[in-house]
Amino acid sequence: MSALKIQQGSSKHSAYDLRDPNAELIETHTLAVIVDNEPGVLARVIGLFSGRGYNIESLTVAETDHQGHRSRITVVTTGTPQVIDQIKAQLGRMVPVHEVHDLTIEGPHVARELALLKVAGKGDARIEALRLAEIFRANVVDSTLESFVFEMTGGPEKIDAFADLMRPLGLREIARTGVAALARGG
Amino acid sequence: MSEQMTGARMVIEALKDQGVEVVFGYPGGAVLPIYDELFQQNHIRHILVRHEQGATHAAEGYARATGKPGVVLVTSGPGATNAVTGITDALMDSIPLVVISGQVPTFMVGTDAFQEADTVGITRPCTKHNWLVKDTEKLAETLHQAFHVATSGRPGPVLVDVPKDVQFATGTYMSPQKAKTSHYAPRVKGDIEAITALVELIEQAERPVLYTGGGVINSGPGASLLLRELADATGFPVTSTLMGLGAYPASGKNWIGMLGMHGTYEANLTMHGCDLLINIGARFDDRITGRIADFSPGSKRAHIDIDPSSINKVIRTDVPIIGDVGHVLEDLLKIWKARGRKVNRAGVAQWWQQIDEWRAVKCLTYKPSKDTIKPQYALERLEALTRDHPDRYITTEVGQHQMWAAQFLGFDSPNRWMTSGGLGTMGYGLPASIGVQVAHPEALVINVAGEASWLMNMQEMGTAVQFRLPVKQFILNNERLGMVRQWQELLHGERYSQSWSEALPDFVKLAEAFGCKGIKCDDPANLDDAIREMLDYPGPVIFDCLVEKHENCFPMIPSGNAHNQMILGEAETQGVIGASGAVLV
Ligand SMILES: Cc1cc2nc3c(=O)[nH]c(=O)nc-3n(C[C@H](O)[C@H](O)[C@H](O)COP(=O)(O)OP(=O)(O)OC[C@H]3O[C@@H](n4cnc5c(N)ncnc54)[C@H](O)[C@@H]3O)c2cc1C
Ligand SMILES: Cc1ncc(C[n+]2csc(CCOP(=O)(O)OP(=O)(O)O)c2C)c(N)n1
Repeated sequence: MSALKIQQGSSKHSAYDLRDPNAELIETHTLAVIVDNEPGVLARVIGLFSGRGYNIESLTVAETDHQGHRSRITVVTTGTPQVIDQIKAQLGRMVPVHEVHDLTIEGPHVARELALLKVAGKGDARIEALRLAEIFRANVVDSTLESFVFEMTGGPEKIDAFADLMRPLGLREIARTGVAALARGG
Repeated sequence: MSEQMTGARMVIEALKDQGVEVVFGYPGGAVLPIYDELFQQNHIRHILVRHEQGATHAAEGYARATGKPGVVLVTSGPGATNAVTGITDALMDSIPLVVISGQVPTFMVGTDAFQEADTVGITRPCTKHNWLVKDTEKLAETLHQAFHVATSGRPGPVLVDVPKDVQFATGTYMSPQKAKTSHYAPRVKGDIEAITALVELIEQAERPVLYTGGGVINSGPGASLLLRELADATGFPVTSTLMGLGAYPASGKNWIGMLGMHGTYEANLTMHGCDLLINIGARFDDRITGRIADFSPGSKRAHIDIDPSSINKVIRTDVPIIGDVGHVLEDLLKIWKARGRKVNRAGVAQWWQQIDEWRAVKCLTYKPSKDTIKPQYALERLEALTRDHPDRYITTEVGQHQMWAAQFLGFDSPNRWMTSGGLGTMGYGLPASIGVQVAHPEALVINVAGEASWLMNMQEMGTAVQFRLPVKQFILNNERLGMVRQWQELLHGERYSQSWSEALPDFVKLAEAFGCKGIKCDDPANLDDAIREMLDYPGPVIFDCLVEKHENCFPMIPSGNAHNQMILGEAETQGVIGASGAVLV
């Protein structure tokens, strides 16, 4: 039997190596998932992503229909088009999931995030931080002589940009809610 | 019916209303109220296993043999965790199971109470869905929903965790008709436009193949009949995965054998060379695709599957059809007939010539021996002596013997073959054979086993003896973890690390110790008589069939290779593959 020669290196090809040799571009999609607001539903969704190796860029969840007992999960994820389709199919077949919307392909949508940023500083830096906050329409929700807490809403890019500007001016902490998104129009 | 009763009683009522006849289980503190109710009724039979894993596999065997969900009852903590392997097995193989577990009382959940485990947390990824019931008022409805989810769409295991206080408390029983199950309703009818697109491809194809899988079995016996009609009317060749064996009869004229890693030469080359690949209820598992980039390079692919997530998961499909196999095949046949039953007869005839050439390789040939029993020979004899039995069921363990059983035993109808495909769980076969025998007490149920796998759940022999289940344990004993040893021989320089079965028990004495019959055979000349003795014995038998120790299972596509890169064993390869011998490139 040892006369049998298996191609060198074939054992390196794991049977489970399903990687597409022509790996495509990675896309970012925003999904809105309407679920029953029942115990464990968030764990199910998160478990699906971690168990199957999908990415979560951001995830928000809250009950949106008290009477109907429904919650809306907004998840921003990345992957090849094939992976994104899998994610939607996998979400769609979960028992407590009622609807899965891919806002990225279903048409224009608005995506907003709320962020709180603590910026500490004195003198010019403090004045500059306040001036930039005005340009970005961030509100001051707390202030001491040496710090501000800014509140701002916007798309994730806007918040990224504001945070980048605040960093040299004394950004200490940042808390972000993750994206909530709705399709435009009726 | 709005009767008041305890939660424990509700469990029994719900099972009765769901038509459950048998429960496989094991008692413990957290399910005592339910066991008390079981004791006081005569509708539901309880099969006491010896280990909760055994209960889950027995329920799987029962489910596969009947088309009904298998029901399991276990206690909290270790009872539930012991069931996890079988639950995962059922998830991978799409087997409907309803597992009911006891839990510590609600007011003690989270306190590390005695025998507390986060059962819904542990089983969340290995069930289709699961529930922790905190209120007796919701128990009956939840149980009905559990049956609905387990059996609708793509079947699978579900679990209902019932704290002990919920079992004791009184609530209102709800009948199955009143339970809210409407929102989980997977689609069964396929899209007519997509089906028509497939019919058009069927009319033109020159080199078609029907690649069928477990979904045909899941869809019910009607789907198998429709598959036969389609294959026979079109003349298309049929191959099947390990999970779909029997959907198309092995004696049927279009049958080309199982495909995949240990599938036939003709089936794999047909998949590789086809121009139209019609996947009917199979999931492009890596054991059948081999290297994705080289999978069936020149074909259009259609895929009929009830689970949208099976489509385009691994292999991109040109014509996806989401729906139940039975429903879709019915519509497909209707449309194809209405359009004049067209197929490219000349093309398909030529295709069959090619397939027959591949078939002439006789890829399952092995070197016979007069001195030792070859495992393939043992199965050929088992087949010859049982094939005509009117009611034969085969289960297997996992390993080489499982693949040889798939290659050498023929199945002419669905639900006759139970094997652990997706998870590949050693220890599945013995308890599964028990479940099958419980469902069909008069049938011939044989577990084709390897000695190592068999030892994993051998305690269930006690169950077989207690319940007078005449299961036949046909152990192909090579004193090796044969499949592991084969991979080590072929891929790890013959370094046989830990793949010996040392210190094996004397299986004949073991049988006696269990109170059943033991038979040992190591001589090919005596094999037929020994098998007959096994078949004639009215009770359970452990058959220790000592076979060639270092036999390899061929054909084999080393993982990560393409379908046309197959290793053949002793098959007649001259003129078909290059002089370099056994490796096809
Ligand atoms: C040691 C070992 C070796 C193996 N070697 C091989 C091998 O050589 N060849 C091989 O084929 N397998 C082999 N297997 C088994 C393999 O791992 C997979 O389990 C098997 O190939 C999957 O079969 P399937 O594609 O039919 O899918 P299943 O797991 O049976 O899944 C069924 C599919 O049908 C769908 N479905 C379910 N119900 C319906 C319905 N009513 N209507 C429509 N669709 C439905 C499901 O959504 C799913 O996609 C091996 C296993 C082991 C342990
Ligand atoms: C629970 C479990 N553990 C480990 C494995 C890995 N495994 C696959 S086949 C095999 C050897 C099986 O040996 P045996 O049952 O004697 O069958 P044979 O291959 O010799 O026919 C092993 C260890 C498995 N499939 N399941």
